[in-house]
Amino acid sequence: MKYIKFLLVGVFFGIILSKAEVISWYRIYEMFKLQSFHMYGVIGSAVVIGIFIMYFFKNGKLKNYKGEIIIVKPKDKGVPKNLLGGIIFGLGWALGGVCPGPMYTLVGKGVVAILVVLLGAHIGAFLYHAVKHKLPH
Amino acid sequence: MEFILQPWPWYVAGPLMALAMYLMFYFGKKFGVSSNLETLCAMSGAGKFVDFFKFDWRKNKWNLVFVIGLMAGGFISNEWLTPDQTVAINPQTVEDLAEMGFSNAGATYLPDEIYGIKTMLTFKGFMILIIAGLLVGFGSRYAGGCTSGHGIVGLSSLSKESFIAVGGFFIGGLIMTWLILPYIF
Repeated sequence: MKYIKFLLVGVFFGIILSKAEVISWYRIYEMFKLQSFHMYGVIGSAVVIGIFIMYFFKNGKLKNYKGEIIIVKPKDKGVPKNLLGGIIFGLGWALGGVCPGPMYTLVGKGVVAILVVLLGAHIGAFLYHAVKHKLPH
Repeated sequence: MEFILQPWPWYVAGPLMALAMYLMFYFGKKFGVSSNLETLCAMSGAGKFVDFFKFDWRKNKWNLVFVIGLMAGGFISNEWLTPDQTVAINPQTVEDLAEMGFSNAGATYLPDEIYGIKTMLTFKGFMILIIAGLLVGFGSRYAGGCTSGHGIVGLSSLSKESFIAVGGFFIGGLIMTWLILPYIF
């Protein structure tokens, strides 16, 4: 039962992704064609509010449910891994029109073909760890 | 209720996403979807082949539960909250897609030309789907995050690494949309 809160936040996030049409292939295509502000507005406004939230995490005004300071683990440094990994991710994002969150959300929507994309994503994550010692980081 | 049934504008969706992120941290965890790909690999026994996956996936159960919630959210939204399945994309986008052979762009959430069952069962259609997944899975783990971890959390923390990664997302996305998609379709 201690996990039910994560289920509820997941449901909430899944509904936002659906209702804002972030799970639509067309919205991703339109974003990369620079023909709409919609997706930039979604990500941009999330980040602007997020900057305030992070600020209040850092100065301790917002604490976690135990009353502890919230620490956000910094991402690993390295230009090649972030840039090359990012480019590979972007190629897939624009081809399938989905990033990981929407993939799972589309399963719930009843889209059978997304299971092939999800299978590919798991194989991709597996392959990365199988070959990572040969890649620049 | 009427407002909920309409498509949500960006200025509603974005701040609500930030709220979802806040709640995950408030509950003592983090906000990131793509790490679940590794958890599911570990759960399926990938540790037999690659040592990385020998970690105890049970410690990430909370994130798997979050993902089950994402699925439930997709179901609830589709069943009860989205009476109109059209996506009001730019008419210019519809026209550009028609030129590539996509009919009725925006009439539903997803194009049949990619996500239709019949398309999935063709060799080309299957390859498009599996390669899209491979790129997202490989790239997100190489970069150490996806649109949630790097995009929302990383940019909000003003992390240099995330600005580089998200810059990469857009370089890759622009190359695919402008240079590669016209050759595929």
